[in-house]
Amino acid sequence: MSAGRFQGGGLRAYTLFYLLFLYAPILLLPLFAFNSGTIIAFPLKGFTTDWFVQMWGNATLRRALTNSLTIAMSASVLATCFGIFAARASTRFEFPGKTGIMGFIMLPMVLPEIIVAMSLLVVLLGVGAELSILTVIIGHTLICMPYGIAILSTAFASLDRSLEEAAYDLGETKWSAFRLITLPLVMPGIISSLLISFTISLDEFIIAFFLAGNEPTLPTYIFSQLRFPKQIPMIMALGTVLVALSIILLAIGEYFRRRGIARIGGKDSGGFL
Amino acid sequence: MAKRGMDAEARQGFTLIAPPFIYALAILAAPILTILSYSFLTDGYLEVVREFTLDNYRQVWTDPIVRTVMLRSLMVSALVTLVTVVLAFPVAYYVSFMVRPERKSMWLFLITIPFWTSYLIRVFLWKVILGYNGVINSSLTGLGIIDEPLTFILYNVNSIVLTLAHAYAPFAILPIFVALEKIDRSLLEAGRDLGENRLMTFWRVTLPLAMPGVIAAVLIVFIPTIGDYVTPELIGGGKIPMIANLIQVQMLALDNRPLGSALAVTAMLVVAVVSLLFLALNRRFLKVKQ
Repeated sequence: MSAGRFQGGGLRAYTLFYLLFLYAPILLLPLFAFNSGTIIAFPLKGFTTDWFVQMWGNATLRRALTNSLTIAMSASVLATCFGIFAARASTRFEFPGKTGIMGFIMLPMVLPEIIVAMSLLVVLLGVGAELSILTVIIGHTLICMPYGIAILSTAFASLDRSLEEAAYDLGETKWSAFRLITLPLVMPGIISSLLISFTISLDEFIIAFFLAGNEPTLPTYIFSQLRFPKQIPMIMALGTVLVALSIILLAIGEYFRRRGIARIGGKDSGGFL
Repeated sequence: MAKRGMDAEARQGFTLIAPPFIYALAILAAPILTILSYSFLTDGYLEVVREFTLDNYRQVWTDPIVRTVMLRSLMVSALVTLVTVVLAFPVAYYVSFMVRPERKSMWLFLITIPFWTSYLIRVFLWKVILGYNGVINSSLTGLGIIDEPLTFILYNVNSIVLTLAHAYAPFAILPIFVALEKIDRSLLEAGRDLGENRLMTFWRVTLPLAMPGVIAAVLIVFIPTIGDYVTPELIGGGKIPMIANLIQVQMLALDNRPLGSALAVTAMLVVAVVSLLFLALNRRFLKVKQ
């Protein structure tokens, strides 16, 4: 047994080390964001909040923020709506070609984003559409959809069918049973899907880079500023805010995901993906 | 009656799946078919000429630059996949076998958080960590361990591999974790009871049963990394392009959409062929009954 414990200890140490590797960039971020030196390197100079102040006063950045929030909100709502349809269809109904159709809808999860972005761009330019945040929303909805479906499928799959049937027996119509019984039960999954989609869209770079035209979004703004050493400390401050925001959103999403599983009485089997 | 019931169910299923399916057809399938058809057309000045040609493919397959970049992309992706999956396996194993069940989701949450936080800034910070005056070099010189900054971690393929391995870590951990979770623990006890030691039990029972997860992890890391645009751009300083950068240059900077399309289609084909080959080589593991 002592050998087993030793082995467990070794693995534990390795896993903790691995976590450190995963978190290394995120841990460095606030260090540089609050560092008064203008060069991103060690040793650190001193404490300052100037970069956050500078960030607040930046008009382009504010425009990028507004755009990103608009895009993320629209894309997450659209992706979640599509996700509800797909998750409901795949968990509740059998129909020919289901595996193929579902596989195709989930494809953007593994397809390189450059392919999605480039092919969509070619079509949009081909039909003479003007690039704007609307075109980014269209692209983001597509890539957020599979993640939404993955989360929502878990929520719908663990749903007890007899609850709906009981509602039909008690005289509810299909729609009212869905609204009164199913929807409240999968609501945590829906919120979780909204939050994850929001986070993905907020952070997505490639599609925004190619489809936004002249409109900045947060990632494309960050990308454009990384070329200028003078701007880097401010970008670090922005990064710190974004990381904090993502973690908060994810924590809320995780909370609802777990609550959803607890509500349906299922067993928690894992994380988001 | 039963048949009619089936039909009604199928119809309802189709009605429900229609909106997301049509969306995916319009926004994903139609554009991909468009670049597929573009790849057979001729590039004219400012427009695509509707003239069938195989020249784009001829050019893609004979150009030494394209070949170099394609091979580099494949090599980088393969390396990233190898590094990511090998490093991730013990983590998935630890969380599945050593962590108490009620704490597993917390561990998974901890593992996935970095993945969801600003990709660009994470990539940029690796440049800061690995750079000439970066965290690693300045600490090592500060401690007097090295006199000159290490250059093998700087703006080269190594740093691209490291950055991508970091970015795709959860993609590897989660599928392996799911496969490990499915393993019936009594099989391991049976192995031990039959006189196998820990290592042999792992080798002959755990690993083969975990292979579907490992295979999924390999594909799910390999396919997107080959199309990564940001990391070669930021870490490689634009000097070590991968296939995505080449596609972007052809499509936008040089405005040669047919050639760019042919590049994109070729890249997808290469990825598909490599993935299918990999699946074929490992098909015996996928037949394992769980």
